[in-house]
Amino acid sequence: MDLGFIIGQVFNGFSVASIYILAALGLALSFGLMRVINMAHGEILMVGSYVAYLTIALVPGPLGIFAAMIAAFAVAGLLGGVLEVTLVSRLTSRPLDTLLATWGVSLILQQAARDIFGATGVSVTAPAWLDHTILIGGQTLPVTRLFIMAVAVAVLGGLAAFLRSTRIGLLVRAVNQDRPTAAAMGVDVRRVDAAIFALGSGVAGIGGVVLALLGPVTPNVGQSYIVTAFLVVVLGGLGSTLGMTIAALMIGLFMALSQIFVDVSLAQVLSLLFVILFLQFRPQGVIAVRSRALDE
Amino acid sequence: MSPPPSRTLDPKAAIWLAALLLAIIAPFIVSAYNLNLIGRFLALSLTGMGLVLLWGEGGVLSLGQGVFFGLGGYVLAMHLKMADLGQGELPDFMTWSGVTKLPVWWAIFRSPVTAMLGILIVPTAFAVLFSWLMFRRRIGGTYFALITQALGLAFATLLISQQGLTGGFNGLTDYHTLFGLNLNLPSTTRALYWLTLLLVVLAYFGLRWLLASRFGTMLRAARDGSNRIRFLGYDPGPYKVVAFSVAAMLTGVSGALFTLHAGVISPALVGVVPSIEMVIWVAIGGRYSVLGAIAGTLIVNFAKDKISTALPELWLYALGGLFILAVTALPNGLAGFFGSDRWKRPALDETLARWRARKAVS
Amino acid sequence: MDRGFKTGRLLAAVLAASTMLAGCSKAPDTSAGGGDDIKVGILHSLSGTMAISEVTVKNSTQMAIDEINGGGGVMGKKIDAVVEDGASDPAIFAQKAAKLIESDKVATVFGGWTSSSRKAMLPVFEKDANLLWYPVQFEGNECSPNIMYSGAQPNQQILPAYDWAKEKGYKRFFLVGSDYVFPRTANLILKKHIEADKLTMTGEEYQPMGGTDFSGVVAKIRAAKPDVIFSTLNGDSNVAFFKQMAAAGMKSDVIPVMSFSIGEQEAQAMGPALIEGSYAGWNYFQTVDNPENAKFIAAYKAKFGADAVTTDPMVHGYLDVYMWKAAVEKAGSTDPAKVRAAAVTLNAIPTPLGTVKFAANNSLVQTGYIGQADPKGQFKILWTSKGMIDPNPYDPLAFPGKTCTIS
Repeated sequence: MDLGFIIGQVFNGFSVASIYILAALGLALSFGLMRVINMAHGEILMVGSYVAYLTIALVPGPLGIFAAMIAAFAVAGLLGGVLEVTLVSRLTSRPLDTLLATWGVSLILQQAARDIFGATGVSVTAPAWLDHTILIGGQTLPVTRLFIMAVAVAVLGGLAAFLRSTRIGLLVRAVNQDRPTAAAMGVDVRRVDAAIFALGSGVAGIGGVVLALLGPVTPNVGQSYIVTAFLVVVLGGLGSTLGMTIAALMIGLFMALSQIFVDVSLAQVLSLLFVILFLQFRPQGVIAVRSRALDE
Repeated sequence: MSPPPSRTLDPKAAIWLAALLLAIIAPFIVSAYNLNLIGRFLALSLTGMGLVLLWGEGGVLSLGQGVFFGLGGYVLAMHLKMADLGQGELPDFMTWSGVTKLPVWWAIFRSPVTAMLGILIVPTAFAVLFSWLMFRRRIGGTYFALITQALGLAFATLLISQQGLTGGFNGLTDYHTLFGLNLNLPSTTRALYWLTLLLVVLAYFGLRWLLASRFGTMLRAARDGSNRIRFLGYDPGPYKVVAFSVAAMLTGVSGALFTLHAGVISPALVGVVPSIEMVIWVAIGGRYSVLGAIAGTLIVNFAKDKISTALPELWLYALGGLFILAVTALPNGLAGFFGSDRWKRPALDETLARWRARKAVS
Repeated sequence: MDRGFKTGRLLAAVLAASTMLAGCSKAPDTSAGGGDDIKVGILHSLSGTMAISEVTVKNSTQMAIDEINGGGGVMGKKIDAVVEDGASDPAIFAQKAAKLIESDKVATVFGGWTSSSRKAMLPVFEKDANLLWYPVQFEGNECSPNIMYSGAQPNQQILPAYDWAKEKGYKRFFLVGSDYVFPRTANLILKKHIEADKLTMTGEEYQPMGGTDFSGVVAKIRAAKPDVIFSTLNGDSNVAFFKQMAAAGMKSDVIPVMSFSIGEQEAQAMGPALIEGSYAGWNYFQTVDNPENAKFIAAYKAKFGADAVTTDPMVHGYLDVYMWKAAVEKAGSTDPAKVRAAAVTLNAIPTPLGTVKFAANNSLVQTGYIGQADPKGQFKILWTSKGMIDPNPYDPLAFPGKTCTIS
């Protein structure tokens, strides 16, 4: 194997990792806050993809993709908010039941997509300015992949700024650190939960848009990345955004680099083994959140 | 709080006894096809019973039971494939996958004795190793559920990608003899049905005994307050390892029996979706009730058989709706409604657990 | 708490009652339609991942049955089709096959798509001595007296495409496929031929079913510099593969792709622009020019809309019914063994594929075509095999010494 190929795989690792970041960010946020995992998160990605398909049909041209991101963020965020208020918030004291109930939601959303758009799937055409390659240091890099990385970085940066400098961000951090105290100080924790769940779902909607650039938009599109996204959250540690980012990079690079030696199937199996072994050394994940609470 | 159920022969016990009698004489009253369905679903109910132990009583949700189901099923299927072969012959799929020599880990299961032992040992041993790695580092709850789900995906992917050794996506099928008995004869299918029923009954009493024992008490204690029992000087880990492994063993037997009734085992039966469907049988039937799990398995699978043919689109809506309904409105499942099992979580305990859970989250 | 408990009980009662109703409501419809009809089964996935492909075959099979019933039926009797859902799950295929044969007492069954469904059904058909008509190209290596294989054997689809590639002067091959049995076995056969012809295999990669991340595969293709890619990718993976190849600057005009699982329906779904210029190997394209095909297309469009397209498996599902009818009439009986014996000795009959017949090994004698995708998602036929190809389930190079003889 030549060096160029290995460098190419490192690039691919970052590229895949940026998809995992977009897919897992919402999961990590709400897991940090509420200790629940939304199994229908993959279907929120799917909704984002379909919104991209509809928006780009309405708004053709070079900026259609940005319109699609805004629309997908709004629709997916709204859907997430509704899901939180109607279902998830009622089950927060039973995190395992939340898994099952949201899995039920995911089945229903998949079938609904099948009924509305057909099982065949639809195709989103990338705008022309994304549809070429550039040559950097002997590597032919697809602009689409660079764009997706830029989106991931922008979303992470935007989120950090949002949490650091807005009032809602302050409340979120407060609830994240100490829920009872925040509640005692008059923070409406329920609304913070719902807001962050909606925000995370909106980010997944954006993730859905970029997925539509790489593959088909089908009722199952969410399923192809979501199990790995769950692993990313587990590996990242109790809902830490930084931990999640590092974990996504670790798994993305691990998958891409192991493909130098093995095929995709085996790379998937090995990445799970990697996670299990890693947790043997750091059961709390990459970033362990220190807490005095006994029953985490 | 309801008073403890009386131990004299109550109407519910009579109903169950009648159901058992009906099940015993079923081969003489239902058609061969329906008998096969009942046998198949009874085999699946062993998986459900394992989940009562693990999820209901142990509080550990596994979304990867398909792995153990598959291990049991594949061990038996390997034996059945080899039973039909002459000396030096290879299973057909190895030939068309370019494999020229029978791997050692196939050859082990050529003998019926090692195959039977394999069905019990392989899933259990893997479960011990995996759950020990997890519970040793106190990985539980949501993390555990998500990791077992990934395990189910990885197992199915591995089976598919190693086509020359596992039959790949097609799985293993087309076998004719078990211990020299012709599997196509009506007498054999009837005997298999009774064997399945016997194992279900045995597993039922075995589980009731296990849950009533000191082990059962400790398992529930570990579920409701891991840290409390740690303070009392016990390690909850081993109890969970045992629960996980016993559930895995039941699931492995379940997979092997299912393979016999269905005539096929394939990756489509072990991955993410089948694994989570196993949980729904128990959620519907009642996660704290062994009888509920059996009933839930039978009801959901019969419903699937009928609804998915008549209205295939409706089935997924129904399944999704059942998931939501079962956990939001009916956490104790059907058994909570018809409520009979002694091991149903008492109301006070329930309240305490809710309080604790809320506190842990808050 | 108390109120919640009551709603819980109520819901439980409703739930239990409704599932029981669902369980019982399907009254046996064996008596429906009069006792003089001939019952046949149609068994395809109507739900699950395979439904998208299999529903179209179910439609064309049903259409053939309706046409035959409209024209007076078989031996003066109407055909009564019992449709079952295989739910994309091999165990359910086996279960439903048993139901059709044992409970519904069908004379024969049309169905199956994936090899896994066929493999799971095979023991059932052998045990119950019934006959399955299987309409999809597959990996060969199977020879059952209880299955009529109308889809292509490897030597009728894969190898003709390989011959075409050799004629075009391609020397370096890259094989990419979805991870299941057909791609792996088809590629095993291809590798043997590439080796024997002293050409170069530059790589072989598999993607898990439904997988959509091809970054690693695309990088390996770039490094391998093949002349042509042979793709046995299935379903959704195709869209991702072509998109990511294009994004990496390797469109079909740079490295041609020969696909074995992209037909007219897939081309429509993917967006024809994506695969324009790439090649496909089949035994039927909608552009095949004969009167039977024109009639078939017109009838299908009349029923399923002007945008509906017709594909190779659909045509095989359609002609299977006509083959069965001809065989029943020749045998003068619906007994599966007699029908099978009659089917392999029938004279060729006109179908949308051309005039075809079954060989003694239960497989269809048919022509191989290579088509090139046009901007509308149709395929322009570029190359036709030299005459009809006799089916051979066992490639002599890859599986020496094996033959299929059914007595």
